[in-house]
Amino acid sequence: MTGLGATTPLGGDVASTWEALVAGRSGVHLLEHEWAKELPCRIAAELAVEPSEVLPRVRLRRLDRSEQIALVAAQQAWDDAGLSDDLDKERLGVVFGSGIGGALTLLAQDDILEESGPRKVSPFTVPMLMPNGPAAVVGLEFGAQAGVHAPTSACATSAEAISWAADMIRAGRADVVVAGGAEAVIGGLPMAGFSSMKAMSTRNDDPEHASRPWDRDRDGFVMGEGSGALILERRDHAEARGAKIYAVVAGSGLTSDGYDIVQPDPECRGGGRAMAAAIKQAGIDPKDIGHVNAHATSTPVGDMAEVKGIKRVVGDHVVLTATKSMTGHLLGGAGAVESIAAIMAIVDGVIPPTINLENPDPALDLDVAANEARKVELKAALNTAFGFGGHNAALLFAKA
Amino acid sequence: MALSRDEIREGLSDILEEVAGVNPDDVADGKSFTDDLDVDSLAMVEVVVAAEEKFGVKIPDDEVANLKTVGDAVSYIEKG
Repeated sequence: MTGLGATTPLGGDVASTWEALVAGRSGVHLLEHEWAKELPCRIAAELAVEPSEVLPRVRLRRLDRSEQIALVAAQQAWDDAGLSDDLDKERLGVVFGSGIGGALTLLAQDDILEESGPRKVSPFTVPMLMPNGPAAVVGLEFGAQAGVHAPTSACATSAEAISWAADMIRAGRADVVVAGGAEAVIGGLPMAGFSSMKAMSTRNDDPEHASRPWDRDRDGFVMGEGSGALILERRDHAEARGAKIYAVVAGSGLTSDGYDIVQPDPECRGGGRAMAAAIKQAGIDPKDIGHVNAHATSTPVGDMAEVKGIKRVVGDHVVLTATKSMTGHLLGGAGAVESIAAIMAIVDGVIPPTINLENPDPALDLDVAANEARKVELKAALNTAFGFGGHNAALLFAKA
Repeated sequence: MALSRDEIREGLSDILEEVAGVNPDDVADGKSFTDDLDVDSLAMVEVVVAAEEKFGVKIPDDEVANLKTVGDAVSYIEKG
């Protein structure tokens, strides 16, 4: 891992996001938009820095918001890695996903179709709404020719992307891969849909305290928008050019539940197998894993099921945190942004807090960095991500 | 009252700047949309739709292929 980039509800880049995470700041607020007035859930974590502050106007017109932020994060990661344009592009890959894709573009263009007829529909509609759009836009930006892939596994998407990227390098298909995910679907229909499933918090009168993983009074997730990007690079390639190495992807595991379309397996069997697979591939003693940046979305069932899985597979010595307490749930962007948090925890030796953990669920029997950041020397840290559909991903990062 | 060629060109220039980021200083009758102004086929679709709205004309799809330069488009719109 030689480059990191992000744009999140807490900051327009990795440094500002990381600083806010460690400080325990919430990015959640009440939505003032007209379309939000009637929704059961009227809170969300919107981007701290609008893409229009970063990208040129005409570029913005032709990209869905998810593609805009994918580009912003990927460009930061690229610059951070110090990669130059003379890189062999046939050895450069991209794995970048989105959970839902260009839903807001689809809805906006459908309104135009209804109101003004087919001729007024933008010729950029299809490249803006296709779920592989963020991957394609990032791939074009850097001229990637080793393969551009777009995993789509709901909230596990960008963790799965990092796993695929590592596999691409291990299989010898690429030397450098831009990996990550982006999601930007804060809008009436997606929020109404999640609300109808009773998956979202309705703590509208107290937005900053609404996302509260593992707390007794949690009542659902809070939607966020954002993107994270990571540059994965073959170790000898990175060393040959003297690049700084943040951490290594020691192992990754992908499994599926075969259980239910949305309900998590209450025993976290599939999630546990993903963690075990990552540990096995890494050849690391679970005792050396000091920290898990957990999926923990602040839903009643999912949070505690995951704890069972972590305890069973990794052990009861780990310090957990759930950064979704601050960023909200970035859906397809979550795995990448949380992987960046796990990597920065290794680099800086500090675990960001889980805020709003005021009354821990009685079943929470693992140590959590509750409400305050924790200084810990880490050899390795795990990130987990689970998605609707029963997708499970676990990524094990180790000190470089 | 019919618009003058200069007025049409100015209106087109605004559209080109808005949808395709073309610098208004580059817009002149002899300039080719694709070769000089970097307006690709998808952007051209947007330009045509915006021009129809602005100038109250119909520009059928088979006609668009003949509009290679800014001057071609100005002449077409001038004829109404």
